[in-house]
Amino acid sequence: MAESAVAIDAHEVQAHEEPGFVSTYIFSTDHKMIAKQFLFFGLFMMIIGGSLAMMVRWQLGYPEQPLPVVGVSQEFLETDEPQTAMDRMWQEWDEEGTENWLVENMPYGVMTAAFYNMLFTMHATLMIFFVIMPILVGCFGNYLIPLMIGARDMAFPMLNMLSFWVGAVSGIVMLAGFFVSGGHAATGWTAYAPLSSDPMWTGVDWGQNLWCMSIIILAFSSMMGAINYITTVINMRAPGMTFMRMPLVIWSLLIVAILLLLALPVLTSALALLLFDRMAGTSFFSPAGGGDPLLWQHLFWFFGHPEVYVLIVPAMGMVSDILSVFSRKPVFGYHAMVYAMLSIAFLGWIVWGHHMFMSGMNPALGMAFMLSTMVIAVPSAIKTFNWLGTLWGGSIHYTTPMLNALAFVAMFVIGGLSGIHMAITPVDIFIHDTYYIVAHIHYVVFGGSIFGMFAGLYYWFPKMFGRVMNEPLGKVHFWLTFLFYNCTFIPMHLLGVAGHMRRIYNPMQYEFLQHLQPMNEFITVSSFCLGAAQLLLVFNFCWSLYRGKKAGRNPWQANTLEWAAPSPPPHGNWGDTLPTVYRGPYEYSSPEVTEDWLPQDKQLAPATADA
Amino acid sequence: MLSWLPENISTYGAEIDSYFYLIYYITLVAFYLVAATMVIFMIKYRRRDGVPAKYHHGHTGLEITWTALTAVTLLTLAFMGKPLWTKIKQDMPPYEIQVQVTGKQFNWEILYPGPDGEFGTQDDLELENMLHVPVDKVVRVVLTSKDVIHSFFVPVLRLKQDTLPGRKIDAWFEATKPGRYEMPCAEMCGFGHSGMLGYLIVHTHEDYEAWVQKNWPESKMASKIEHGSES
Repeated sequence: MAESAVAIDAHEVQAHEEPGFVSTYIFSTDHKMIAKQFLFFGLFMMIIGGSLAMMVRWQLGYPEQPLPVVGVSQEFLETDEPQTAMDRMWQEWDEEGTENWLVENMPYGVMTAAFYNMLFTMHATLMIFFVIMPILVGCFGNYLIPLMIGARDMAFPMLNMLSFWVGAVSGIVMLAGFFVSGGHAATGWTAYAPLSSDPMWTGVDWGQNLWCMSIIILAFSSMMGAINYITTVINMRAPGMTFMRMPLVIWSLLIVAILLLLALPVLTSALALLLFDRMAGTSFFSPAGGGDPLLWQHLFWFFGHPEVYVLIVPAMGMVSDILSVFSRKPVFGYHAMVYAMLSIAFLGWIVWGHHMFMSGMNPALGMAFMLSTMVIAVPSAIKTFNWLGTLWGGSIHYTTPMLNALAFVAMFVIGGLSGIHMAITPVDIFIHDTYYIVAHIHYVVFGGSIFGMFAGLYYWFPKMFGRVMNEPLGKVHFWLTFLFYNCTFIPMHLLGVAGHMRRIYNPMQYEFLQHLQPMNEFITVSSFCLGAAQLLLVFNFCWSLYRGKKAGRNPWQANTLEWAAPSPPPHGNWGDTLPTVYRGPYEYSSPEVTEDWLPQDKQLAPATADA
Repeated sequence: MLSWLPENISTYGAEIDSYFYLIYYITLVAFYLVAATMVIFMIKYRRRDGVPAKYHHGHTGLEITWTALTAVTLLTLAFMGKPLWTKIKQDMPPYEIQVQVTGKQFNWEILYPGPDGEFGTQDDLELENMLHVPVDKVVRVVLTSKDVIHSFFVPVLRLKQDTLPGRKIDAWFEATKPGRYEMPCAEMCGFGHSGMLGYLIVHTHEDYEAWVQKNWPESKMASKIEHGSES
């Protein structure tokens, strides 16, 4: 109710053409404000998603022991004598027979198996759909596309605003699921049917329903964004900004928008079918009524694999730009980089079966999907070699964005190479559904996407907020993150090789996994340090918003158009005249000028030499 | 890293392991090459006063070379994997023992066809979570599920196959060493997924015969009494 009242206010304010508080900060149609909204939305969700991950790690490192803070003390468990305030609270609840959220999900602070399943399901769901997509695509897409192609705003500003607010509604629906009776979705982010298609298998009723509805709503938000991105990039480039003069980050966002536009309807329809199965008694995915559980997997992964590229390709684009800026050197093989991304966009549609080698899909198809998967690894390799080529002969400045971008390259290589192991079908027989997969996805999506996101955040923060983030603090944050990230995820490869299944609640239930417990504990401690290191980022971010060094227009001496605008750029971005583009985005150390950068919009001609 | 692999007791397990080793070493070399190149470049081309960066846009010959090399290596690896995959998942060898394994929340139902060698007859023997097989014999496993998707995983056999409700999927193995091994479920199947665990008991031939003598129903009457109305 409160929201609709605000909406009416906003409408009235806009009708009078007075940019009031509401139309500037809440229902804004300015692409830069919408980008910031996506950023804060994503960062907020990242705190929740990260906390869920650390709870998952607690259970694996210290199986069935009371959680710190909310749980009872060890002494209480042993002696039955309450020691802490929490002990007394739990004892009281026990005596009174209190029923509340905590008692239901973690009696005495020991999480139940059902709650654990909910934790990893929601960790993945939030991180993929509500952190990486809003930040990499929503925030950077919205912020960078108009600024880097020289447009005043997106093609459809109102649609853009709707895209964010529909996304926000989706986020609220998703978070509401934590508090409904029966708990939130607990079938993994892949929601394999029939586990997900009938509440009787999990005991989760409205949690899973809200999960489906939330992602359907989010898909609408992404579709609006995708249409906007594609239209803007195709139609609104500044004079002289040809396709082959576009920065690689814009190419990557264009390709991601196309992937989203084509992939999301598949997911939306699959989720609708799942909801029908759950709520209307149909059986699309249940063999008892003539359906097929594999249909869900085919639909889900037909969306899911392009989705994986949605998560990584924008980071690839941003890292390409950042490597070039801080090597003071043109990107090596610009055209090859563009063609590699384009081929990923095509090949991404024919590799989904590699998630299903063990699913019971006809094994003859395994060979076809193994081949297509090998082929799609080639463009990723091309990109890696070109990143190395960009560093070759450069003059490398080790700024915080550069450190994060370099970490991206190294971590993405590990993630890519471990991917080959599971793409080879006979080897996948053993490592499928083990921690090897968990390690792999985190090398791609944390080592790749999140380091890329950090790089982009440190790099474009001055443009977004007019101030530079603190460099020494940024470097400490980077090194701690890099160290604890690897301490967390490298050992997971070993767990996987030892056969440790993913998504199990208590590894100590298995004799063949018991010797791995010290490693599980090490991973847990590392992950807690990794989480704690992010406080530095939060602090740096908040502090720099108000106290950071003033940035000026172009603190990194970069070439692309966004740095020609003031920091932060005003509404409409460019003042009276649009910039004109004379050259490609990466003319660093060009012999034509004495400086080592040559902005895209700088006119070099004898006629203007004395102007 | 691969020394962490569990013991292997299946005939094809060693082939899977050596293929794993092969890919592991190839990717490890690739990683070291990339990482070393990167570190060398990062040191050699760090910013120094008076040393400008090269103004260089790339090299088509190099692009073609590394694209071709990567593609050839990866496709070779894929084609090399085909025979092993076909052998394990597609070409069922002649079998001597067959057993049906049914996943259900949260147990493995093990069904032996009994003396008549056919499932679904009255002399079938049903056990819970205990899969008894003889050593050095090809065992055909018919996998299915009663409720949701499970995954039949025997780490020591290097065998994994999802079980689906409404489908019967054939798998096979030949164990090479007697003993008792764990047989967990590898696909999330609900709140009891963790701890869904069966045991594979590999007997010597004599032990297996003795086990069959002792446990298998001898006549249809006997089986009727034993199973009652269970289906």
